[in-house]
Amino acid sequence: MGDRYHQEAAPHTGTTIVAVEYDGGVVLGADSRVSTGIYISNRASDKITPLSESVYLLRSGSAADTQAVSDYVRFFSEQHEMELQHAPKVVTVANLVKLMNYQNKHLVGAMIVAGWDSVEGGQVYGCPIGGTIVREKWTTDGSGSTFIWGYLDAEYKDGMTREEAENLVQAALALAMARDASSGGVIRIVTIDKDGARRRMVTPDEHMQMWDDIPEQPIGIHV
Amino acid sequence: MSGIGTGYDLSVSTFSPDGRVFQAEYAQKAVDSSGTVLGMCCADGVVLAAEKPEISKLIEEHSNRRAFPIDRHAGAVIAGVAADGRAIIDRAQAEASNYKSFYGDKIPGHVLAERVASFVHLFNLYWYVRPFGVCTLLATCDHSGPQLHMVDPSGTMHEYNATAVGKGRQAAKNELEKLKLDRMTCKEALFSAAKILHQVHDEEKAFELEVAWISADTDYVFTRVSNEEVAEAEQAAKAAIEAEDMDDD
Repeated sequence: MGDRYHQEAAPHTGTTIVAVEYDGGVVLGADSRVSTGIYISNRASDKITPLSESVYLLRSGSAADTQAVSDYVRFFSEQHEMELQHAPKVVTVANLVKLMNYQNKHLVGAMIVAGWDSVEGGQVYGCPIGGTIVREKWTTDGSGSTFIWGYLDAEYKDGMTREEAENLVQAALALAMARDASSGGVIRIVTIDKDGARRRMVTPDEHMQMWDDIPEQPIGIHV
Repeated sequence: MSGIGTGYDLSVSTFSPDGRVFQAEYAQKAVDSSGTVLGMCCADGVVLAAEKPEISKLIEEHSNRRAFPIDRHAGAVIAGVAADGRAIIDRAQAEASNYKSFYGDKIPGHVLAERVASFVHLFNLYWYVRPFGVCTLLATCDHSGPQLHMVDPSGTMHEYNATAVGKGRQAAKNELEKLKLDRMTCKEALFSAAKILHQVHDEEKAFELEVAWISADTDYVFTRVSNEEVAEAEQAAKAAIEAEDMDDD
């Protein structure tokens, strides 16, 4: 683990995570890179974690902290479902995540809670470090998010179809992964609607490629 | 009076040989001898009404509240020992507030009722406390519709379409059964509540009627019905009762 003079970096979900609300549900997307310093300790991790049948969590920040939070929240959600006698609302699950962040300020978990319930339909809640909770139509977090705020600002539209939303999320992730060293690997997509959650993976060869700024023939000096 | 539990009625933590807890039954008697309280679930909300007998002419009108808000979407009316009732209301308000802080959502009707029931039941378990002499009628209205729950002094909880407790409960329940509540609005239910309470109130003494409701008209916020509206309903109710009496003659 290193000593006082040679601190090893803790596993860090460098990450890009995106969630978008569409007409009838939500689409969640994440990259799969976990880095320990310069070493990619896991190149195919799963940052999309179920908290209940129709509510999922996107994790960025400290891998340990966000895993612990998701375990606690899943436990409280299940317990709450017993009392409620039906599935918990997305806002309730998001509030539990917020409480963990707010009451434990040392945690480094920048998370997004997204899902579907029969009262409000598809919803996205940002739960950043510190303990805020805010409902949004779409949001992104993690180190790679800095590169795609502008893209999402420009391309998001209200009332998209499922396919449009999935394409938007995929494109945003591919762009972030192309520029952020801490994000990469595969793209994982989870779509949640009234019929539950469906998960799929987009491998690097299927990613959107942006090679068109590299000329085929080198110009000038041969190296 | 039947049911004297010689020796087995000294504490709530004692069963009688025939399986009864006399202290809980005595607590229920405290409720049964208080003014009638009723609740009704209608098409567009819930109405709670309490008959408050006039104890003294010196008491300020409209004081001595029996209806209390628990949250914006929930409220309660108590029958029995008023002071005990306020302790239960305090707890219900705390439960609703904590639930909202923890789960980020309004407390559902059945969860609130279960919390209140657990609380009341606690006082049926230990010898060093006595049970609450209160029946609590809880009204809630949220996305799953209007709901009415009742918690009795033993801590038992049930959901009702309509119910009544107190002195005139038998007669009141008979009248409530005749109503087609799922086709009535709260305004119509207000009139029926006033009529039923005037009918079952058999003494010569005056009484004050306190009514509260949650309905579409109140934007689903638990509200006390204004004194004017109650007076209006009472007038119409008294007229209807007189008309029926004349028909009977």
